[in-house]
Amino acid sequence: MQRIVSRSLGLIAAAAALTCLPAQAGELEVLHWWTSGGEAKAAASLKAAMQAKGHTWKDFAVAGGGGDAAMTVLKSRVVSGNAPAAAQIKGPSLQEWASEGVLANIDGVAKAEKWDELLPKVVSDVMKYKGNYIAVPVNVHRVNWLWANPAAFQKAGAKLPTTWDEFFVAAEALKKAGLIPVAHGGQNWQDFTTFESVALGVGGADFYKKALVQRDPAALSSPTMEKVLTTFKRVKDYTDKNASGRDWNLATAMVIKGEAGMQLMGDWAKGEFIAAGKVPGKDFACIAAPGTAKAFTFNVDSFAMFKLKNEANVKAQNDLAAAIMGPEFQEVFNLNKGSIPVRLGMKMDKFDECAKLSSKDFVDDAKSGTLVPSIAHGMAVPSAAEGAMKDVVSQFWNTDKMSAKDAMAKLATAAKSK
Amino acid sequence: MVRASWLPKLVVAPSFALALLFIYGLIAWNGYLSLSASRLLPNYEFAGFDQYVNLFESERFRVALSNMAVFGTLFVGGAMAIGLLLAILLDQKIRAEGVLRTIYLYPMALSFIVTGTAWKWILNPGLGVEHLVRQWGFEGFTFDWLIDPDKAIYCIAIAGVWQSAGFVMALFLAGLRGIDDSIVKAAQVDGASLPRIYWRILIPSLRPVFFSTLMVVSHLAIKSFDLVMALTAGGPGFATDLPATFMYAMAFSRGQIGLGAASATVMLALVAAIVVPYLYSELRVKK
Repeated sequence: MQRIVSRSLGLIAAAAALTCLPAQAGELEVLHWWTSGGEAKAAASLKAAMQAKGHTWKDFAVAGGGGDAAMTVLKSRVVSGNAPAAAQIKGPSLQEWASEGVLANIDGVAKAEKWDELLPKVVSDVMKYKGNYIAVPVNVHRVNWLWANPAAFQKAGAKLPTTWDEFFVAAEALKKAGLIPVAHGGQNWQDFTTFESVALGVGGADFYKKALVQRDPAALSSPTMEKVLTTFKRVKDYTDKNASGRDWNLATAMVIKGEAGMQLMGDWAKGEFIAAGKVPGKDFACIAAPGTAKAFTFNVDSFAMFKLKNEANVKAQNDLAAAIMGPEFQEVFNLNKGSIPVRLGMKMDKFDECAKLSSKDFVDDAKSGTLVPSIAHGMAVPSAAEGAMKDVVSQFWNTDKMSAKDAMAKLATAAKSK
Repeated sequence: MVRASWLPKLVVAPSFALALLFIYGLIAWNGYLSLSASRLLPNYEFAGFDQYVNLFESERFRVALSNMAVFGTLFVGGAMAIGLLLAILLDQKIRAEGVLRTIYLYPMALSFIVTGTAWKWILNPGLGVEHLVRQWGFEGFTFDWLIDPDKAIYCIAIAGVWQSAGFVMALFLAGLRGIDDSIVKAAQVDGASLPRIYWRILIPSLRPVFFSTLMVVSHLAIKSFDLVMALTAGGPGFATDLPATFMYAMAFSRGQIGLGAASATVMLALVAAIVVPYLYSELRVKK
């Protein structure tokens, strides 16, 4: 009882801080592509919170995974001068949108809610354009996971790998046992997801930052890079022939069914395991990708806030920003989505083992500076260079004639794309 | 009299104005965008030919162009050759022609997305032909073009020809039926063999049909987008990219509208380079 009272007092205080005037009702149009199962539930909770404050919620959901379709719609809306209040945009794309001068400065909310203290600096930097907040982070996905089927490992007599050398030993054992060692989908972002886990595991966080995030030409053509590329290519020998074009969830299903031993994929894969009725730690194992236990590649979803003209709508937009970063939404949303809260210092009681580990590593790695952005998921590199780098990595993965040296030279050129 | 001179113009004017604005106007706008520094959103900062320089330095675009040449030749050539052959065979006054004609024409009723998805499964080594033949006992059989970056483009041509050959057949068959029987009879009286009648008389008199078929099939080849998207999505890597898929990727997912516009302009120039001389020669002959 006391907790409820104090919480509602807190809410009232927050509301009062935000809306100095008596609550003004605004209209909120939010562009997102959370249309499936758990995600839709999470979006509904946000809608309810906004309606409780008296704002009207206009859902602007554009289905189509990855959001390409949504981005096309968004562009035409912005060009015609009719931007929504908020849109799901992430990574350096935020900077690209901000440099077009269409995003709103929401420092007011950020200061009142103390976002600088609640977010790791690497994450808050992504949310800022020239030092001002322009977007609100929603969640954190960890990308450098290895999902394994313990039954398959037992059958093959292999143990869960913690280094890349062990990874190949385990893969060889799985292959001998007649299983597909690595479930993979041959799409360029999946190729790159594997590639960045290899880069982080073989080269370490400093190399990762230097070569892939800062795209330093010396690091890109260093012997470490060559080792990363050859290790990456070795992984391909342990995937099956039908991987070309396969969706990630089908690859996950192979691990769930025990046809394949393991998969390198971000923690959205967990949703597939859970939906299949599997228990983390028992029916499937979540461990950091080989050699990356002390590092964390993050993929943060965020909402960019657009410049609005109507005063009441701006108020509603600020309420929305505050609510997204609020502990309640962070918990409900991330429980449904399979990710972890981006807000530091959250209680993790309701989350599962994988999420607890992820959250602990997120906090530790933020401190030790080994929290790095994922390139495969558009967190670090401008989209032109990111696309060109993905092209090279996929080409190298698919073309057996291409040597690691050729790939390095091409990667260095691609990294310079503007 | 006065009235008659302006009425036709007035009636044509709306469609003329619409075509001017939405076809030529937008071509011009696209042309301007290709000279601008547009990235995520269109902007009008003039950048000269930078986008074209980037375009031709891009390996992915060169791959897309050479794929276009391979795919275009195989698709147009294959569909025309098989279509003509089927039409000639069906023209032999055979039984159940109506049924056969429907069967061959049926693929045209499908969208390229359906064709692409079906062939994706048929050509997939673990599901389709390779798997089937191996189950029959030929363990060493391999047919993995779909996942081979050098050969995947042929898979797209196979699916495209399968889709369009029946349609080409229908056009040629209609053409063959339109030829006066008495010409054939006269040739037979002169003692010409059947292959010779086809080769020297019937096929040459199909010239206008060739022209319209080529127009239809080659525009299908150049605008091919859905087939690639469904069959390989441009993969493995970007080995089966065509200029249309390249343009889409740049303009809509990578925030490089200027580069996308430049590639669209190059596509337009390519089409014009093929079609304009052909149109010119054909139209001049008719006069």
